[in-house]
Amino acid sequence: MSGAAERTAVVVIGAGHAGLAASHFLGAASLDHVVLERGEVANSWRRERWDSLRLLTPNWQNRLPGLRYDGPDPDGYATAGEVAELIERFAKACGAPVRTGTNVTSVRCADGGYAVTTSDGEIACRAVVIASGACNLPSVPRFSDAVPAGVEQCTPLRYRDPGQLPDGGVLVVGASATGVQLAAELHRSGRPVTLSVGEHVRLPRTYRGRDVLWWMAGSGVWDQRWDEIEDLTRARRLPSPQLTGTPDRATLDLNALTSMGVELVGRWAAVRDGRALFSGGLRNVLALADLKLERLLGTFDEWATAHGRDADVGPPERFAPTRVPPSQRLQLDLRGGEIRTVVWATGFRPEYGWLDVPVLDAKGQLRHDGGVAGSPGLYALGLPVLRRRKSTFIYGIEDDAREVTDHLARYLAASR
Amino acid sequence: MTTVTNGVNVQALLDAREVLKGAPEAAQFTWRASSTWRNGVHSTTRIQNYFGLGQEQSHKAETVFDADHPETFAAPDNGITPIEFLLVGLASCLTAGVASVAQNRGIQLRSVEATVEGHHDIRGILGVDSDVRNGFNDVKVTFTIDADASKQEIEALVAQSQKRSAVFDALTNPTDVTVEVA
Repeated sequence: MSGAAERTAVVVIGAGHAGLAASHFLGAASLDHVVLERGEVANSWRRERWDSLRLLTPNWQNRLPGLRYDGPDPDGYATAGEVAELIERFAKACGAPVRTGTNVTSVRCADGGYAVTTSDGEIACRAVVIASGACNLPSVPRFSDAVPAGVEQCTPLRYRDPGQLPDGGVLVVGASATGVQLAAELHRSGRPVTLSVGEHVRLPRTYRGRDVLWWMAGSGVWDQRWDEIEDLTRARRLPSPQLTGTPDRATLDLNALTSMGVELVGRWAAVRDGRALFSGGLRNVLALADLKLERLLGTFDEWATAHGRDADVGPPERFAPTRVPPSQRLQLDLRGGEIRTVVWATGFRPEYGWLDVPVLDAKGQLRHDGGVAGSPGLYALGLPVLRRRKSTFIYGIEDDAREVTDHLARYLAASR
Repeated sequence: MTTVTNGVNVQALLDAREVLKGAPEAAQFTWRASSTWRNGVHSTTRIQNYFGLGQEQSHKAETVFDADHPETFAAPDNGITPIEFLLVGLASCLTAGVASVAQNRGIQLRSVEATVEGHHDIRGILGVDSDVRNGFNDVKVTFTIDADASKQEIEALVAQSQKRSAVFDALTNPTDVTVEVA
């Protein structure tokens, strides 16, 4: 780089709800900053979501700092387009200094702060907030290489609608929110669907007449702090619950999928001679999810009684155990023509190829303590259970962003 | 703090978990068995040494297992059938898991009994029908547990034990097996 680099106190990477929430609090603290965005505001909501996707949280819950839902459908679930509009509105409301179309290609330590190289030049700053998202790349198992060439493979980041896939059978891999939603949609399109099920989180859409996420928030489960959770690594890897946001508020658990005609198989473990081999442990992952659901509902009931809410909600409910398929297939010939497409709903991971600061662990995840990364002045927002269980939900960002920017402001004041 | 005495040193296991987080190479174990053909379908398998924590290790004593086939297979029945050893492995692994998880969760066990049934269509190994597999069609384990815990807590013990069981994993998931002639 030639010439003097631009200077600012803080660079925020990413203009999604997390980066903008950081900007909101940095602005309130009168800290000079810019928000760099590779595309446009709420970029991934505009370009990396399938057409039918709706948020898992009801509208009333999608609060952002200084912005409450005031639309006509508080119990509804926003489409990706509506989320993009919400985030756009938030960007305007907080007057965030966003630079769109600015790709960050490197962040490195320099002069006691950081040098941020962008597609538009270099910026010298004292602190960086990484808010580039937790779902930049699909996590696909290595054995996907061994899937025969005649079978198409698709990840949720590229999937838009069933019409994009060839006719014929689909093997959806993964039974978290994405997997169950795509399995249902592809089944409705007339394609026979097989769903490979590993460990998952079963939730009803509503419980005792209320959205299950009303219970998660009210009972305090979502406010559990990262430094109070016994096995934080596990909590951070927990897959998203089997939920979908539809106007009829229907539950989309494995029993619902079985009733539709989706075939369940165990976790996909390997490909051998063109055959997919599935785990014989399906029964236990179903039992684990049922037991965890029972415990969670017990927690909700105790909370309702302890807080005098029993009169506001319906009577306690218990749900039928997940039905184990009477005859589970342990293998499937991928060359036989039965499966035309594999959809990998096996999760996502962040992409940090541009981060030239040694703060990643052996698995490529950012090492951080409640959003405070292992390099002074480096922060993160919008990662799973960053500071609370609710961290990755829209409304979960407010508390995290306030606390992380507080820490950042104290750091800047102390190191001045 | 209640004092639960299931006899599992859970603290040592939890400490090992912490240490091995930063030392994955020390976690690489190799288990070994060596077998010798006796006569007919009778063989003897000896187990004593293994590798782990970065060095050669040894059991306190060598254990010798006889494997044979029963008289229904026209064999002299000098020991259990090889596939029955899988039942031994599964039952003992899940039982160890139940005890460990119970200890960790502060649940006192009074008795843990398990029966294991492996359903096996021997037309596979006899080559009667090539559509029949050689191994078990399915396996069923039934636990009877007496403990200071609710039914749901006991079910959770058994589920967690399966989740962390080496033998359950080895039986339910494919494993790359190489067999060669030295």
